[in-house]
Amino acid sequence: MTTDKTSTAVVNPEAAKGADIAVDPRLLVREQGLGGYLTEFKRKMRGGDLGSIPVIVGLLIICVVFQSLNSEFLSAKNVSDIAVTMVATGMMAVGIIFVLLLGEIDLSVGSVSGVSGAVVAVLSVTHGMNEWLAVLIAIASGAVIGAIHGFFFARIGAPAFAVTLAGLLFWLGFMLQLLGDTGTINLDSDGVVGKLTTYYFADVAAAYGLAAVAVIGYFLSAFLDTRRREAVGVPSRPIIDIAIRTAVLAVFGFGAAFMFNQYRGLPLALVLFLVVLVGTDFVLRRTAYGRKIFALGGSVEASRRAGINVTAIRVSVFAIAGTFAAIGGLFWASKIAAANQGSGGGDLLMNVIAAAVIGGTSLFGGRGRTWNALLGVMVIVSIQYGLALEGIATPINYMITGAVLLVTVVIDSITRKTQKTAGRA
Amino acid sequence: MVHVSATPVLALRGVSKRFGAVQALTDVELEVHAGEVVALVGDNGAGKSTLVKTIAGVHPIDDGVIEWDGRPVQINKPHDAQNLGIATVYQDLALCDNIDVVGNLYLGRELRKFGILDEVEMERRSRELLSTLSIRIPSVRIPIASLSGGQRQTVAIARSMLGEPKLVILDEPTAALGVEQTAQVLDLVERLRERGHAVILISHNMADVKAVADKVAVLRLGRNNGVFDVKTTSQEEIISAITGATENAVTRRAARNAEAQK
Repeated sequence: MTTDKTSTAVVNPEAAKGADIAVDPRLLVREQGLGGYLTEFKRKMRGGDLGSIPVIVGLLIICVVFQSLNSEFLSAKNVSDIAVTMVATGMMAVGIIFVLLLGEIDLSVGSVSGVSGAVVAVLSVTHGMNEWLAVLIAIASGAVIGAIHGFFFARIGAPAFAVTLAGLLFWLGFMLQLLGDTGTINLDSDGVVGKLTTYYFADVAAAYGLAAVAVIGYFLSAFLDTRRREAVGVPSRPIIDIAIRTAVLAVFGFGAAFMFNQYRGLPLALVLFLVVLVGTDFVLRRTAYGRKIFALGGSVEASRRAGINVTAIRVSVFAIAGTFAAIGGLFWASKIAAANQGSGGGDLLMNVIAAAVIGGTSLFGGRGRTWNALLGVMVIVSIQYGLALEGIATPINYMITGAVLLVTVVIDSITRKTQKTAGRA
Repeated sequence: MVHVSATPVLALRGVSKRFGAVQALTDVELEVHAGEVVALVGDNGAGKSTLVKTIAGVHPIDDGVIEWDGRPVQINKPHDAQNLGIATVYQDLALCDNIDVVGNLYLGRELRKFGILDEVEMERRSRELLSTLSIRIPSVRIPIASLSGGQRQTVAIARSMLGEPKLVILDEPTAALGVEQTAQVLDLVERLRERGHAVILISHNMADVKAVADKVAVLRLGRNNGVFDVKTTSQEEIISAITGATENAVTRRAARNAEAQK
């Protein structure tokens, strides 16, 4: 149908008149101009719609505290190292965010990342396979493993928690079996995997160029969107708003680029991570597929009635989580230049989930963005590095990370309560 | 002003439906014309929901004929009903709380441009649709969770209008709504009629039925128990048809006595 046809079919003139004067006193439409931002911001605060504010405040606090303890913390080398280290966990967190959006959990991502590292090591080192091919097979095996979990969850109806817990154990054993008796296979640090975390674009232009592309790209897409909205007469973002956002992005973008250029240049790992973030964010918010994932996180029954293939979406989301777990595993293997028995174990799984949640993804489903992975993982890795600079041992690190996670979950829960009372949950 | 066409949009002729040993519907007749609101009333278990589900294609009928625009049709799947132009708004809302109004209206049939969601066009059409239906909501870009129960129900009904259906089935649209919210929904039902849609309204609330319906079809124990013109029928008559009060102890005794005297 076309709504054009329906609009001419209005029989009741009163109804049409009513549309023009439809101003409800409870209308929450934002006033134009800068004053509007302040009222909008206050309203959001009261309504518990905090967005990324808590995590950004948290990051600032972390920076201030550690910088005052040790001026090395914000040095170019440290910032660059943090940026590279966080990519492994961050990639896996991106996958977890897809699952969390469904309101489910995947506990197997740590083990799957270990399998991925082991697959690459065994194929390329032990069997001498082309490393690119080995990388592709490792990523594909992550996708297949995820799809298997998804099948048992979506098709058979087993709880995702239990299925992926079983996966955690099974794939851990599988990895150990692959690695064999020696338990460690060293990777060529000049190979494809090795370069993932060791390659830097040393040319100063690379970092500044990327920052410029990001800023210009953001401005153009926002500006063109506004132009289009104005053309068809739906509310649009004022130009001043776009200008402010672009300016903030430019400050951070060029600031980071400056930092990286002080050390070894723009890290390849970070570029790949940013590409993944932009890509996944686009998929989630601008495609019908992404809309379906959010819909499933909101109401499974409503999604089913809207004709969404619930099983297919669920299986695909778990496959995505497996894929990103495998990609994360490659970065992990690259970082330690080996696949060993400890890969994918320890606190990795917990850090991945914590990163997604600290970044602002709701554990209750239907709320979050993949950019949350960046913010969350920055918090976690910054704490690790800050404490390492102070020479504080791992036990304290765990305790602090645990406390940060608890604070985040408390904020998430309180936010939901406030949102419920404000009718915005 | 009600325009009633000669051929009913939907006509059920002698429709029956069994579930195992249970005879849910027996020889049910129902006619709905364009621009007409037919209220379907009956006690719990009278077969209202079953009847609606047969029309919506959830349960195929066992016997009888369904006529659409005067032609007999087969409705075996929900998809068949949708293709004919039948939209059903179920009692429990089928909306996602976390998605905004535009997203919910177009859920499962998003407009796309080169594979990318065409948000601007969806928003424009949503605003147009909501304003032609005089639906008042704060903004089309707020999540459904922010809306009141009545506003959500109006969004759910508006969503069914996107397919430009000829027949809209509303299953208890005002259950669980407050006074003002009920009024909003009833206003919307009238607007559907004014725009020439045929409407089947299931309701327990006689006040609602009297307010917006043109005809009342009463079901009792899976059978027709009368079709009444709302304007000329009193509420008591309808209720007695629903409860079968015409057939009470007194009438039965009278009937027995009459038989005995023969």
